[in-house]
Amino acid sequence: MATKLFDLGGRIALIAGASRGIGEAIARLLAEQGAHVIVTSRKLDGCQRVVDEIRAAGHSAEAMACHIGEMEQIEAAFARVRATHGRLDILVNNAAANPYFGHVVDTDLPAFQKTLDVNIRGYFYMSASAIKLMRDGGGGAIVNVGSVNGITPGPLQGIYSISKAAIISMTKTFAKECAGENIRVNALLPGLTRTKFAGALFTNEDVHREIMAGIPMGRHAEPGEMAGAVLYLVSDAASYTTGICLTVDGGLTI
Amino acid sequence: MDPKRFDLTGRVALVTGASSGFGEHFTRVLAAAGARVVAGARREDRLHKLVDEITASGGEALAVAMDVTDAASVAAAFAAAEAKFGTVDLLVNNAGVAAPGTLHKTAEADWDWVVDTNLKGVWLVAAEAARRMLAARRGGAIVNIASVLGMATSRGHGVYSATKAGVIQLTKHMALELAGKNIRVNAICPGYFKTEMNDEYFDSAAGQAYIAATPGGRLGRMEEMDGPLLLLASDAGSFINGALLPVDGGHLVMSI
Repeated sequence: MATKLFDLGGRIALIAGASRGIGEAIARLLAEQGAHVIVTSRKLDGCQRVVDEIRAAGHSAEAMACHIGEMEQIEAAFARVRATHGRLDILVNNAAANPYFGHVVDTDLPAFQKTLDVNIRGYFYMSASAIKLMRDGGGGAIVNVGSVNGITPGPLQGIYSISKAAIISMTKTFAKECAGENIRVNALLPGLTRTKFAGALFTNEDVHREIMAGIPMGRHAEPGEMAGAVLYLVSDAASYTTGICLTVDGGLTI
Repeated sequence: MDPKRFDLTGRVALVTGASSGFGEHFTRVLAAAGARVVAGARREDRLHKLVDEITASGGEALAVAMDVTDAASVAAAFAAAEAKFGTVDLLVNNAGVAAPGTLHKTAEADWDWVVDTNLKGVWLVAAEAARRMLAARRGGAIVNIASVLGMATSRGHGVYSATKAGVIQLTKHMALELAGKNIRVNAICPGYFKTEMNDEYFDSAAGQAYIAATPGGRLGRMEEMDGPLLLLASDAGSFINGALLPVDGGHLVMSI
């Protein structure tokens, strides 16, 4: 029964930021569950490596370059999905930017702009574009990978935390306005996870100590520990779940 | 990646309030996912059909009499479960009751009944489960069934909402206190589902109109709780702790 509940056979899923880390783990699991996954990130070669491994395991995937901070790249990606597949069932927005690490007051304008262009404008137009495709297919599911920093600001990650708070509101807004169209929109809020993206949180000893002291489970997560929650949210197992922000943080936000 | 991550083979699960509604359903779901299940309810005789059904389909199940408001009854139920299957490492704290009415007109006896069952009962059962998991030096998972009414309000449901808000805080505190012991404690917050508790209202014209105005436009179906339960119960949720999982068709994102 559990197998069927989480089955994604025949679904088309686009995973943004899937060349490594949490996105890669999500792409692999969704493919294992039967979805055809479109692995995207800024650089095609990183995506191709993940796609090759998914295919070698006997599953279905394709690579596509898409920098979600560039509007024309978002438009091109969805035009291609429409031309190739004619539909989209699942979008996982996971391609985030965190270019600035330091005191919030000293945030420079380019870092501010880049964070907002990717984390807010990128997530927003990826969602809007996906929903236009999902409507034609009668429904779909979106998962925005946010962060616990959207609830409680992370140390020295001010503008990133602010952008992640916006993703929480974006999730609820899209969920509310699209519920009647059989499109579910939810967010995953990961805690500290061992990825290259979160490298600074591991290499800066003071910051690492501060974060670890706040995790009741006393450890960080591995990327694979995020994938199960995403599989739940994109599958029929979550057919009555929309507008939620699910923390997967070892108790960090308690 | 382990494809069996939602599997519960080898686990021993106890479900309270298993004689009807969600509890009965959860017991079947956990058994189907591979767990050996202990069904608890005040009236054990109402559990035999369920246990027989699970056994007939190849599962293992046990019925135990259990009044969640009575510490001795809770301890006896866990002792019986442990004697039969070993330490309970998955608890679904589901038993709950409601006494609708405005708070200023609520009778003290009704208050006590709802608070004793929904809040004290959840604590007694979770505490008993945690002590036994700790004594056996093994991890486990506790899933408390709260409600969207623990996070929002609805006229005439004050007592129930207050207890469910209490369950949410209890969930977070137990998660905090037990995290280092590999015991995860989370809550599911169901929205409006059709159960025996609320049948009448949702069948009425007013009830139908209310549901039509929610974002999902319909009540939840019982099987739509399966995935949420398995996520929190299984290794798929290994880093989920102290979390609230609403299953409400978007009810919580409605405007006031």
